[in-house]
Formats: sequence, C-alpha cells, structure tokens
Amino acid sequence: MSHPSTYEPKTGIERWLDSRLPIVRFSADILSFPTPRNLNYWYTFGGILSFCLVVQIVTGIVLAMHYDPSGTGAFLSVERGIMRDVNYGWLIRGIHANGASMFFVAVYLHILRGIYYGSYKAPREVLWLLGCVIYVLMMATAFMGYVLPWGQMSFWGAKVITNLIGALPLVGKPITTLLWGGFSVDDPTLNRFFSLHYLLPFVIAAVVALHVWALHVPGNNNPTGVNVKSDTDTVAFHPYYTVKDGFAITLFMIMFAVFVFYLPDALGKADNAIPANPLVTPAHIVPEWYLLPFYAILRAIPDKLIGVLALGGSIGMLFALPWIDRSHVKSMRYRPTARMYFFIWIVAVAFLGWCGSQEPDGKLIPGLESFNLIDYPINSVTWLSRFSALYYFGYFVIVFFLGLYEKPLPVPDSLYTPVLKPSAVAAPAE
Amino acid sequence: MTLNKVLSLAALVGAVFLAGPVMAESSQAPLKDVHWSFEGPFGHYDQEQLQRGYKVYREVCSSCHAMNQVAFRNLGDPGGPFFDPKYPNSNDNPKVKSIAADYKVSDIDGDSGDVIKRPATSADYFPSPYANSAAAAAANGGAIPPDMSLLVKAREGGAAYIYSVVTGDGTAPPAGATIPPGKYYDPYKSGDMSANFHGDPSKMPVGGLIAMPPPLADNKVAFDDGTKSTINQEARDVAAFMQWAADPKMEERKQTGLAVMIFLVLFSGLLYASYRRIWRDVGH
Repeated sequence: MSHPSTYEPKTGIERWLDSRLPIVRFSADILSFPTPRNLNYWYTFGGILSFCLVVQIVTGIVLAMHYDPSGTGAFLSVERGIMRDVNYGWLIRGIHANGASMFFVAVYLHILRGIYYGSYKAPREVLWLLGCVIYVLMMATAFMGYVLPWGQMSFWGAKVITNLIGALPLVGKPITTLLWGGFSVDDPTLNRFFSLHYLLPFVIAAVVALHVWALHVPGNNNPTGVNVKSDTDTVAFHPYYTVKDGFAITLFMIMFAVFVFYLPDALGKADNAIPANPLVTPAHIVPEWYLLPFYAILRAIPDKLIGVLALGGSIGMLFALPWIDRSHVKSMRYRPTARMYFFIWIVAVAFLGWCGSQEPDGKLIPGLESFNLIDYPINSVTWLSRFSALYYFGYFVIVFFLGLYEKPLPVPDSLYTPVLKPSAVAAPAE
Repeated sequence: MTLNKVLSLAALVGAVFLAGPVMAESSQAPLKDVHWSFEGPFGHYDQEQLQRGYKVYREVCSSCHAMNQVAFRNLGDPGGPFFDPKYPNSNDNPKVKSIAADYKVSDIDGDSGDVIKRPATSADYFPSPYANSAAAAAANGGAIPPDMSLLVKAREGGAAYIYSVVTGDGTAPPAGATIPPGKYYDPYKSGDMSANFHGDPSKMPVGGLIAMPPPLADNKVAFDDGTKSTINQEARDVAAFMQWAADPKMEERKQTGLAVMIFLVLFSGLLYASYRRIWRDVGH
C-alpha cells in the first residue's frame, strides 16, 4: 500500500493481531485508499468485473457438482440433469452461461476506458500488462467452458480453435496432441478442458490480486490523466466509491437479469442444443460473440499460419501499447486527434465482430457484382474484414507517430481544476 | 455525474448486444407468424393446448421421435400439461401414472438377471421408439428422426419453425425441382435446393428437402376437449408442447425474473439516493 496507513488499533486484540498479522490494517487501508474524486462511471467496471468473477466462480462450483465430463454423459448432465432436475439448476446455469458474456461486456468497456484515458502509461505499465494477462486467461477459460456442454457448437468450436495451434511450425502438432489427449477432439479433450476450466478462474483470481496490488501502488488514473497532487484531489475509497460502484453494479445486474430471466438463449447458438456429433459438421461454425473480431482477423488472411500469427499479434498489440504510445499526455480528453482515430478503431473492431459472424463470401451490398481479389470479391465480408484488420493494426502505428508529432490541448494544472471551473478547459468528449 | 450519463452508459452496453452476431443467410420461406401464449415477459403455457399437443405427440410423433430428456413425472410438474395442484409431487398424479403405464421400458429382472420389459412408472424417462440410432436410421431411409426434447431450442425460429415445417412438409415442389424418393419438399426447412433444381438459377426455390413424410392431416388426432382438429390446430398444439418440453421451467423463470427485477430496480434506486447523499458536498 503506497499511502501512509491511518489505521489505529483500538482494542487489545487488534494491537496483538496487528503486530503478528496486520490483516485488519490491510483491509482498513484498502477502504481508506485515497482515490481521485473525479472518477466517472467508466471507472466502475473494475468493481463490476470483480463481481462477475465471484459470480462465475460460485455458480461454476455448484454446476461442477452436477456435471459429468464424459462424451456420453456431458450433454445429458447439462440439459437433463442441471436444466430440468437440479433445483434452480436452470437459474445457476443461466447465470453462469450468460455471466460469461456479461464478463466480456464489462472487460471490453474496462479496456476501452483504459485506452481512452491512457491508464497504461507510466507508472501503470505493470498494472496494464497484468490486465492483459487476465484478458487472455479469460478468453481461454471462456473457450473451454463453452466446450463443456458438449453440443455441436461446443465440439466443432473446440475442433476449429485447437486446429489453429496446429498451424504453428514445429511445436504446433505436439501441442495440439497434448491438448486433445489423442488425435482428435474426444473424451480426453473434454476431461482436460473441464479440469483446466476449473483451474484457470483461480489463476485469474490470483492475477486479479496482483492487478489490484499494482493499482494500489501508483493509485488510480483519472479522466484528466493528471497525477494526484494533494489530499484535496482525493476522497477515501469507502464510502465514496463503494457506493458509486455499488450503484453501477446494480445497474449492471439489471441488464444481466434481463438476459438470465427473459433471454436465456439469446446469446447462444441453436446448434448447441444438438448433442456433439463428430460425423455431422454444422453448416456455419462461429465462436461466441466476444471472440468474433479475432475470428474475423484470422479468416481475413489467406495463409493459415500468418492468420494465426495475426490473431496473436492483435492481442499482442495491447501488451505493447504502453511502449507504442509515446505521448506524455495521458487522457484523450486533451488529444482530439488521437481521440478521433480511437473512435474509428472501435468502429473497426465492431466491423470485425460483425464480419466474424457472417459467411466469408457474403455480399456487403446485395446484388452488386464485383471482381475477385485474393480469393474473394471486393464486395464481400472478407474484404471488409481485411480493411478493418488493416486499420486495427494501423491504429497502433498512428498512435506511435501521434505521440511524436501531435499537438495536444492544454492540460489542467490539477485533476480538481475542471471540477471547479468546467469552462476553464476544453469540453471533455465523453 | 448525472443520471443521464448513467442511462447513456446503459444504452451503450445494450447496443453492444443489439449489434451482435447475425446468423448467416438461410434459404427458407419466412416462418409463419403464430401468436403463442408463452411469448413475452409474462408468458405462460396454455395447459389445454399442452394436453392437445401431448396427444399429437403420443399418437403421431412418438412412433419415430424419442424425447429422452423428459420423464413422465415432468408432465405433472407446475407448468406442465397434466399439472394438478392436488398432487404437488407429480409422481403421485394419477393421470401421469396412467400415461406412464401405457409405455413399456427395458429393465433387468432382479431375480433372474434377464432383460425384461415392464410398464413404465412416473419416474421413468420417455423410452425411445428405436433400440439405437442405427435402427432408427435403418427404419427411416437413413435419416435419424431427431430427439424432440430440445428440438425447439435446436432450430432457429423455435416453435414457429416447428409449426411452419410441419405444415409446409409435402408442399407441391416448384416446377423444375426433382424430389428424390423418400424425400419431401418443404419451403420452410432451412436448406439448399441447388442440387435438386434444374430451372432458371435466378428462380431457385427457397427451402429444402425433408425425410419426414407430411405427419399431420385434418382430423388425424381426435382432441378430448372437442377442439376442431385441423392440421393447423394440431401443428400449433404440438409445437407448443415441444416448446414446453424444451423449456419446462419457463413459467418459474419468468415469475422469478419479475421479483428479481422489482427488487433490483428498488435497490438501485436506494443506492442512487445514498450516492447522491454521500457525495452531496463533494465536488467531483
């Protein structure tokens, strides 16, 4: 904890414990942690994400009590056992399955907030890297969890994604065999995915602990990006941000509950209500929505190996962002040019997500004939993914040069200045 | 921070979903528009309709289609076709018991170890009409009749898809289409007619081929409640029954949801009031 401790043990027991295991001091210091007073609602997603992680772990532990990780038993144990016979099984599974999507909604907004306000910049690079690690672990966990109900999309999704690793030279094949536990996706694959799906959330929880630790050393960034300079810039985390985060979490829960109770299957695929069948390939294999942009990047590139590397590189860019962006101004409130390119980047990611859900040769403008270029007509989903993917990567090049040449707007002296005189600085964009 | 900003944040989060995945192009006629009692946040099953639908399943569908996730006792669960408040334990429901007793299930005789057939009890699951999937395929020209327990969830369009396919099955094929023996043309089935169509490619018919002979006809099932048994009525009722079979906890889910929503809205209101009060004198 970087701020001086204000905890005073009052009773004899507290004094005794404080000199042996200062756990009360530790908790008190977290609650009194000085937090910038100008954090907006985009800063509530950290709390929302902690809530999501707890919900996923608790519901997941209960589901594991009723789940049978075998090729013959998995589908029935979910669809008959949990959904029909287990008391409130439909609710627990509804929360867990939709909870994965909610988790990704929150993490994407959390990441976008970090990019917009420059939260990855010194001295928060390690905090940012740990966040990227959590994101990668989340994708692995969600992917393996999606395989467990052993429906058609579970099975074929597992097959497509694990085959990607096989494209890597030398190490690809052995890693794939190890993941499969054999020479195709089968019972052993399901067993190890179940084991890893149970393990990884606890690894995530551990990295989250490091992430929060790394947050508490420099303290929070804030919408101005200006460092905290005095005590008047901050308020205690509790009650100011416990109540604000709490309010945001309940709003998030309302959206969550709409899906759980009224649209429980809206985010899933109909094909996953069909038991896995290695002999019947579904007409259209698509991953869950949160992986679609990466799937589109993969398919945009004709060569499988380069496609896999581009997919890895698209996530790798996030890891490298603190060293790509050389600008000394953190918040894009004061970087209008960077802000414009950032918003276009969000549109490009949305295009990629849409493209990932479509057939690669689907037409963008119905009825319009066009010529082929690198396997696909110009008027096709694939070419929209190619242009979007180009911008996805191009954005990081733009960010690098903007950091060197951009003229930012004047930055306020303190994070409290815009609060006192909103007209004194340029109008924020959010 | 104003409430407006909170609302726009919620709207943005919602938009992420609305802009979400769109399924691929499918060649099929637009599904028939049916009004269902189970639609909407307050939707519920129409018990009489489920009973009629069950009769269609029993007399027509069950000769080929299994329903291996549904137990006889489920018929008497709350929301189910034969739920009776007098029997909170559906295993005791006499209607359920008599339905089960009409079926024979395989078992092992405890004394001799022989494989035997015995009348089903309410705790048993619906038995499959075929011994295994190979037998099912052999009896149906190579096409395995899908299990009906989850079929509504396994098809885009749900109950409306079932209704449309069942009533569209056996539609006269469009000129230029050749239908192989053992197959039937169905404009509502999501499929691809290109291999069976020899006319103008720009007039390619929508829909696909189905191995199921047209299953229903007027007056095929005599309804106990006197409802006129037209093909549309039979198809609508069996689709509603299949919706229940795929989602038997829907009523419980939506009722719980209402209570949860009321609680969450009140609770978030309280938290917002606390937030305003705590931050009252703090510039931010």
